[in-house]
Amino acid sequence: MNWVNAVVQGIFLGGLYALFACGLSLLFGVMRIINLAHGDIAVLGAYVVWAIATSFGLNPFLALVPALVLMLAFGYLLQRLVLTRSIGSGQLIPLLATFGIAIVIQNGLLQAFSPDVRSLGPQAGGLTTASARLTDTISIPIFGLVVLAVAVVVLGGLQLMLRHTGVGREMRATAQDPDTAGLLGVPASSVYARATAIAVATATVAGAFLAVRGTFDPASGPTQLIFAFEAVVIGGLGSLWGTLVGGIVLGVAQSLGAVIDPQFSILAGHLVFLVILATPRGRSLAMGGARA
Amino acid sequence: MTALLQVERLHARHGLLPAVRDVSLTVAEGETVALIGANGAGKTTLLRTVAGAHPASGGRVVFDGVDVTAMRADQRVRRGVALVPEGRKLFAELTVEENLRVAGRRARPGRWDLDTVLDAFPALAPLRARTAGSLSGGQQQATAIARALMTNPTLLLIDEVSLGLSPIAVDGVYDALARLIADGATLVLVEQDLGRAMAVADRVLCVLEGAIVLTGRSADLSREQVTAAYFGVDHAADRTASELP
Repeated sequence: MNWVNAVVQGIFLGGLYALFACGLSLLFGVMRIINLAHGDIAVLGAYVVWAIATSFGLNPFLALVPALVLMLAFGYLLQRLVLTRSIGSGQLIPLLATFGIAIVIQNGLLQAFSPDVRSLGPQAGGLTTASARLTDTISIPIFGLVVLAVAVVVLGGLQLMLRHTGVGREMRATAQDPDTAGLLGVPASSVYARATAIAVATATVAGAFLAVRGTFDPASGPTQLIFAFEAVVIGGLGSLWGTLVGGIVLGVAQSLGAVIDPQFSILAGHLVFLVILATPRGRSLAMGGARA
Repeated sequence: MTALLQVERLHARHGLLPAVRDVSLTVAEGETVALIGANGAGKTTLLRTVAGAHPASGGRVVFDGVDVTAMRADQRVRRGVALVPEGRKLFAELTVEENLRVAGRRARPGRWDLDTVLDAFPALAPLRARTAGSLSGGQQQATAIARALMTNPTLLLIDEVSLGLSPIAVDGVYDALARLIADGATLVLVEQDLGRAMAVADRVLCVLEGAIVLTGRSADLSREQVTAAYFGVDHAADRTASELP
């Protein structure tokens, strides 16, 4: 793999990371909480897609539709029943609550599905292996292109929703000042529940793509959380387009690291994250808050 | 006139400190009431407790015949109570129009919508695309009042009407309030400027250390009586105006 091709592959990998990260970014932007269960929720979504696809013999992309409906409802109830009790109690309580949710999801998946590694790749057909060769050394993975396109559509759609719809304006207003929003008849709990539902839905899409692209098991969530968190911080907490940039930077760093040494791939991403975090710009991005 | 708001033996605290003590008051439909008092007297807490933004520790708030004491702020808004909070509390990163639209999305039915509000506050029309954080103090206060109107309230509570505003901006805000009052709006104002408060209000309530120490019609109260009650220097003021000599 040459360097240019590594960059191209990294951009497409970054699309997946951005998809993982956008729900994390949205929840931080609106509710000011870091959802430590985000990766596990994505894996839960992957299992829901897998269960529907295998039970009904559906293509994973078709199975994603009913899975999204289920996960939207799950996200809404998660906020209404659990997260709402931790909001407004400082920063530690939501962290502990979401950490607890992560443990419950992981162990629930272990109980229900065993620790076996699974994949949705075989059920997705040839899409996962198809590629378009641009030159002798550069090729574009079709599935990577689809993932990147979906990431752009999801992030763009969220951005449009936040800017141009009543629901989005309520989210931005509540993100800035939930008490004042309440004085205008906007109940913060309702806004938070919608934001959580959307974040869980985007995580489900990301989880499904992860499952199609490779393998997953009940313990896959924390790794995805780390990648998502790095993408969010690189791009600036709460900034949706920044999240896309952050995901791509992380993906490119990992791809370039893999060119140097396959074992260096993940570490290269972490190093870039730490370097960006250490710069004044990185610190200001990390502290930037919601700019969606 | 029928009582739109009844506050009965209301108490509120900040932690262990009592901020509102045994306050009872009524506001009739179409009436303008001014709450005056020194900094820290409890006016803002009283207003926020009526609006549901601060919990009551005792007593009750009855609005339009319904006990709303246990209701959240957003539920009281849907019943017709709106508060313009101290410091305006606009959503600084949203535009003027977005601030108004947020308030209008779940509004009660009524005369106020984006068009009628901009007609009532024509100075805001050219500013609708500006972010609220970039406005002057007077423009922000006008936006805050307009935003509260977008909920179509039957009771409008305005905290610190003129605080931090230039004299010209204060004139503009009071011109707008005068138009609302002429339209029959029911207002409760917190105001530090005694002259302004007494000029615009039907009744004045003076708050001292969380309790109401003087009530009376603006026309019946002398400036000296109000000033004495304001600073708590004359305990004879701890009576209604009708009882004063």
